[in-house]
Amino acid sequence: METIADRATRVDHDQVTVYEQLTARGVSRRDFLKFCGWMSACMGLGADGIAQVVHALETKTRIPVVWMHFQECTCCSESFIRSSHPIVADILLDKISLDYTETLLAASGHQAEQCLQDTIRKYKGEYLLCIEGSVPLAEDGVYCCIGGKSAKDIVAEVAAGAKAIIAWGNCACSGCVQAAKPNPTAATPVHKVISGKPIINVQGCPPIAEVMAGVLVHLLTFDRIPQLDAQGRPKAFYSRRVHDTCYRRPNYDAGLFVESFDDDNARKGYCLYKMGCKGPTTYNSCGTIRWNGGVSFPIQSGHGCIGCSESNFWDNGPFYERLGNFPGFGIETTADKIGLAVGAATVAGAAAHAVLTNIRKHHEIGEQPGESAADAPPTPAIDPHNQGGNQS
Amino acid sequence: MNTPAPSSRPHTFQRIYVWELPVRFYHWLNALCILVLTVTGFLIANPPAINTAGEASFSYWFGWTRFIHFATAYVFVFNFAFRIYWGFVGNQYADWKNFLPLRLAQFREVRSVLRVDILQSLNRPLAAVGHNALAYLTYFVMFLVFLFQVASGFAMYANMSDAWFPHLFTWMLPLFGGDAGLRHWHHLATWFFVIFTVIHVYLVFYHDYVEGHGVLSSMAGGWKFLPKDGPGKGDGRSWFSGKPGPKA
Ligand code: HEM
Ligand code: HEM
Ligand code: SF4
Repeated sequence: METIADRATRVDHDQVTVYEQLTARGVSRRDFLKFCGWMSACMGLGADGIAQVVHALETKTRIPVVWMHFQECTCCSESFIRSSHPIVADILLDKISLDYTETLLAASGHQAEQCLQDTIRKYKGEYLLCIEGSVPLAEDGVYCCIGGKSAKDIVAEVAAGAKAIIAWGNCACSGCVQAAKPNPTAATPVHKVISGKPIINVQGCPPIAEVMAGVLVHLLTFDRIPQLDAQGRPKAFYSRRVHDTCYRRPNYDAGLFVESFDDDNARKGYCLYKMGCKGPTTYNSCGTIRWNGGVSFPIQSGHGCIGCSESNFWDNGPFYERLGNFPGFGIETTADKIGLAVGAATVAGAAAHAVLTNIRKHHEIGEQPGESAADAPPTPAIDPHNQGGNQS
Repeated sequence: MNTPAPSSRPHTFQRIYVWELPVRFYHWLNALCILVLTVTGFLIANPPAINTAGEASFSYWFGWTRFIHFATAYVFVFNFAFRIYWGFVGNQYADWKNFLPLRLAQFREVRSVLRVDILQSLNRPLAAVGHNALAYLTYFVMFLVFLFQVASGFAMYANMSDAWFPHLFTWMLPLFGGDAGLRHWHHLATWFFVIFTVIHVYLVFYHDYVEGHGVLSSMAGGWKFLPKDGPGKGDGRSWFSGKPGPKA
């Protein structure tokens, strides 16, 4: 009788299911089910969702994946392959899905380029395009070239035949640090370069590994784009603010704040709001899924959230102040400084205007002829209302 | 000075009912809401360290501050909506058409108010029964800032609420680069109200002081007093035709 492992090596790469691949690599049924349960929990699926995930991975064949790297630091890939769960990195990425990725590819040079061309031709309209990094548009795209072609041209070529696009991380979703003002290379997020394709923005610098895996498993299981928020982020992971899932939240509501990083309040674990925590304006799963297998997340380690899953988070700084600098007014100019300056000018202006009025309009102001108290008609000596009914 | 000699007879005044009760009610409720929203808003922006020790479970002052901000926000919105409604059914001084200087006469009045009252390069008595055209225009700009504050506020509030109303405004978020960007603008717009109030209250006192027509008390009792022999004779002038002036 043919074992699954035999079949996995015999049958064409493309017809093997995910489950078959996994077992061929020595993953036990038990570990496989654990992985499915864990993934569906991350995605926020109910008990029946687990069965759907199991069923999908048992019956569906792999999705061809092309993973491009442009202007970025590869921290998204790092995050992904360092996931605490072995199946995520080892299987989903390494063996099953990846047809082309600059970072992890064995081939190089012309071979690698050939590999990319083969994939996009063979799986036209079927492959999933993952993009890590932003695309520089300045100077016709010279700031990022691979194999003699600019990122701008590559992305247009590769996206044309993609079924869907996943934009990994802040670079691909909103440009991250290279798009911070003044953005010299005109670093541009994927959704502003490509149109007409479904794009999933998996935000964060980097995104949490479990979130990345969750998005892939969702695509595999349900064969459709997950529900997205207004900024294209999957709602399953980005619908709640870090602030709403932060374990320090009771301190926030009680008004118990860290006033400086070395004070007693910091030791007591009070809320980091006044230290510039961007949790209240940041949508991510750090408070629930956490990092490194649920070990910790920045706030748990005593540092405020820097808001890395929000667009332009570098320009919303400084990281350590509650109210950032106001865009367009230079460094160190908060809305309050602008407001105070204009407010002071207004009060001074009103005072000057009052003085001017008294000079320019002194004829109209105050008592006019015939209006002095002496000219008033005489008050009746007896007020009828005080006479207790005598008059009526 | 180029002032006409003041008449030696005492003026006789006509009392005109300018601000109906709903407008007065709107005004003071609105002023109260703005005061509460500004104070709680600045507290949210920069909470003072009034609670520095203790267990979180026993205190909720910051939570209450935010709650008051959001609850007042709803009052503010409905009060504002009511004023818009009143712009269609109220008297001619409350009419929405006054707020935009679309007619030449209104535009001219904006200019003369600027010259007489603000720059004071011209000295000539001016009087308006309702607001003057420049004031109407200023209130219109302020209504736009109201709208912005409501839209930005509810857009940020949407993620804390399941109600449908706040979710009507979530389109604001991507427009301003997410919650953080929007909060910046929401904060800056607050200063607009602070500055508006300084100028507004100053000018109300100014008009009352210079003209003596009872502008200051008009938002309390509704009445203004215009001299029968002077400018703005209480002829019920309004910027559009079709509605009769007040019965003299
Ligand atoms: C005249 C009207 C208003 C003023 C002056 C005002 C002022 C402020 C200020 C100064 C802040 C602090 C911003 C910061 O963090 O730097 C704030 C926050 C906020 N306001 Fe308003 N606001 C007004 C109306 C509204 C309305 C109509 C809403 C609708 C619900 C609203 C909802 C919010 C929300 C959600 C926050 C963020 C609070 C948090 O997340 O803790 N505001 N407001
Ligand atoms: C002590 C404070 C205040 C006083 C004494 C005051 C007084 C007045 C008076 C007398 C008028 C009528 C002016 C005229 O006839 O042209 C008026 C109109 C108005 N005031 Fe105030 N006000 C105060 C605060 C505020 C505040 C805080 C706001 C909002 C930020 C505000 C918003 C308005 C608006 C929008 C109108 C136009 C009303 C309408 O036509 O619906 N006022 N105010
Ligand atoms: S530490 Fe940050 S995320 Fe947590 S409650 Fe305070 S402000 Fe919110």
